[in-house]
Amino acid sequence: MTGVIKSEPFVINIGPQHPSTHGVFRIRATVDGEKVVDAEMVMGYLHRSMEKLAEERTYTQNIPFTDRTDYLSSMSNNLGYCLAAEKLAGIEVPARGDAIRVIMAELQRLASHCMAVGAFANDTGAWQTPVMWCFREREKILDIFEVTSGARLTCNYMRIGGVAFDLRPAFEPMVRKVLADLPPFIEEMEQLLTGNEIFVSRTRGIGVLSPELATNASLSGPMLRGSGIAWDLRKADPYCGYEQYDFDIPIGYQGDSYDRFIVRLEEMRQSVKIIQQALDGLPSGPFRTEVPLALRPQKGEAYARIESPRGELGYYLVSDEGPAPYRFHIRPPSFINLSALKEMTVGGTVADAIVVLGSIDIVVGEIDR
Amino acid sequence: MTTFLATDNWYDLRDLANLSREILEAADKILPFGVVYVLAAVIGFVASFLIFVLPSQLFVGVYGERKLIGRIQSRYGPNRVGPFGLLQPIADAIKLMQKEALTPTRSDRLVMYVAPIFFVAPAVLLFAVIPFGPNMVFADIPVSLMYFLAISSLPVLANFMAGWSANNKYSLFGAIRIVAMTISYETPLVMSLLGAVVISSTLSLQGMVLWADEYKIWLGLVQPLALVIYFICVSAELNRTPTDIAEAESEIVAGYLTEYSGMKWGLFYGMDIGYALAASAFAATVFLGGWTLFGLEKWVPPWIIFIGKTHLFYALFIWTRGTLPRLRSDQLMAFAWKFLLPLALFNLFIVVTERMIWSEEGYDKAYIYLFAIFNILVSGLLVFAWARFNGYRPDDVPTRPRLVKEARGYVPLGENE
Repeated sequence: MTGVIKSEPFVINIGPQHPSTHGVFRIRATVDGEKVVDAEMVMGYLHRSMEKLAEERTYTQNIPFTDRTDYLSSMSNNLGYCLAAEKLAGIEVPARGDAIRVIMAELQRLASHCMAVGAFANDTGAWQTPVMWCFREREKILDIFEVTSGARLTCNYMRIGGVAFDLRPAFEPMVRKVLADLPPFIEEMEQLLTGNEIFVSRTRGIGVLSPELATNASLSGPMLRGSGIAWDLRKADPYCGYEQYDFDIPIGYQGDSYDRFIVRLEEMRQSVKIIQQALDGLPSGPFRTEVPLALRPQKGEAYARIESPRGELGYYLVSDEGPAPYRFHIRPPSFINLSALKEMTVGGTVADAIVVLGSIDIVVGEIDR
Repeated sequence: MTTFLATDNWYDLRDLANLSREILEAADKILPFGVVYVLAAVIGFVASFLIFVLPSQLFVGVYGERKLIGRIQSRYGPNRVGPFGLLQPIADAIKLMQKEALTPTRSDRLVMYVAPIFFVAPAVLLFAVIPFGPNMVFADIPVSLMYFLAISSLPVLANFMAGWSANNKYSLFGAIRIVAMTISYETPLVMSLLGAVVISSTLSLQGMVLWADEYKIWLGLVQPLALVIYFICVSAELNRTPTDIAEAESEIVAGYLTEYSGMKWGLFYGMDIGYALAASAFAATVFLGGWTLFGLEKWVPPWIIFIGKTHLFYALFIWTRGTLPRLRSDQLMAFAWKFLLPLALFNLFIVVTERMIWSEEGYDKAYIYLFAIFNILVSGLLVFAWARFNGYRPDDVPTRPRLVKEARGYVPLGENE
């Protein structure tokens, strides 16, 4: 033995075309063997210039744009934008409209978390089974959306002042069936994954996010709650009458990928609870305030934020009394949640980096807009 | 050997060796001396491939796996091509042959070209020593177990060649991982098989089947721990899902296969199934009594019993693939060295002691059943105790998050709500 084997770190591109990047997102990881020593995020592959385009369209015409930012939770995006526009124009929403919005937003949270949990399990290597089960449940929710709004993915259902259509008669039995089906499904997922030694060893202690870092990086949603911070805009800054509903905020223990996973599962249970309450107390009456199609709000600005499945989703609108917003800005939760990726991945292996990325639950359409 | 079968007439297809013997004897009269051995090799190869390997690959390895995994995932699986989708594997194969087999410009072309061939050849050799029936073993060599182990560690070379030559970082990752993993898992694999060898005191696969038939008990029951360790190790070597780090789809795209396409890829894919079938056939022979089934082999052709057992064992691979997540590579190595190897050594210690007791008692049949019961109990205890010793504490892992009523910022761990 005359010398040591020389080895130097090399760069590996995870993405933009990679099975686990959930879209066209790229991590430029510098690895030393299997260990990640540096991770650089490269994004912008899906940029569609939505914020600029929105300045050329009327307030109502912008609603379909919001569908296409976070395409896995179009209802929540519609809701956030409509709340901002209503705040800008000073429009009240009738009680029935609010209740329908809550039901839809929570159904969307269930559908989105199904996807998040399934894709996360897929990233840990559970070959397709959890994701298929999740798709099966998500389909039922998408069917409800189809019955209500006519579309499954990009619903375009919320309107400024309420919702587009009243509920169909088939709506309630379908929702009741989903609510009955979901708790056993969540139990099943827990039996398959939560008690699984391999799954636990792959996710527990991986991608630990300290509460300090989580708050300093301005994270939100399950990422923040996984680190043990009880923060939920539905409680902290209620909108759409969330203060009437009884639900809890699930928080994690040490802020690792496993905590984020169990937080998401518990949030699904809480959403079921909220939908049940909203459905039982669904008021009658108008579902929408009539609003002129070419809305011209007075000069000013408004910022509305909601708790989307991925965290705090904010819409910032500025009006110059024209028919189109002067400035249209989105605060996308996955973009900001992603900012802690480097801190969570450096020091782990490539396999860990994939798990961490999966636990953030990114939607690239929202990151790049 | 004729006691197993009613007749040895050529039309008695309960033993296909009858038929081939007739053919070879007739051919020997016409052909010059020696050519009949070549003919025997060809017949053995063709028969084992036509009757067992090819149909199993297509209808169990491809169709059965996709169908069963489909059912696990609550979907239909293939059901379009042919009745119940049964022709799907043939359609797949035709599609693969039509595809272009690309070679990246800066790859090592020669190595990349020969790697699939290197991968296929050992798979063919493996089936030479598998006993399909009392006379249906192509090469009944006395150390066939050693032969099988030696040949079955060859394909990793082809995997490494494939990963190295493609000039792709993902391929390189896969290649390095598979070499590291194979080195780790060969050791407990051989250690666990030693237990079976010690108790049956033979290295011949046919001998092990005859042993199981004589004592009317499967070696897998006498050596349950060895069977479990064998299953885990072999699924690691075969890259089946809980341990498929070498072609981990979600991490390194397809590992050493990333740059392969067309039929070159198809050879790797098809022979992966071939190796899994060989491993199942080996397990069925060593641990599950081979072609015997407690007297039933007199009525049912033994080769059908054997193929049934092989496919049942293969179904275990499919089942684990459909349910379990994947281990990280370092966890997988730690599992082999820290968990499986000590357990295999424990097992070897127990079985050697039993063997000593047994020989002093004059190889009494009743003792084997006692050993079986004792070993099943002790294996369970050993696995549990060794897991606890290695820090397995399932109760320490919370299954539910904490619940808080208000959004009040950071809640320290001790605080209850």
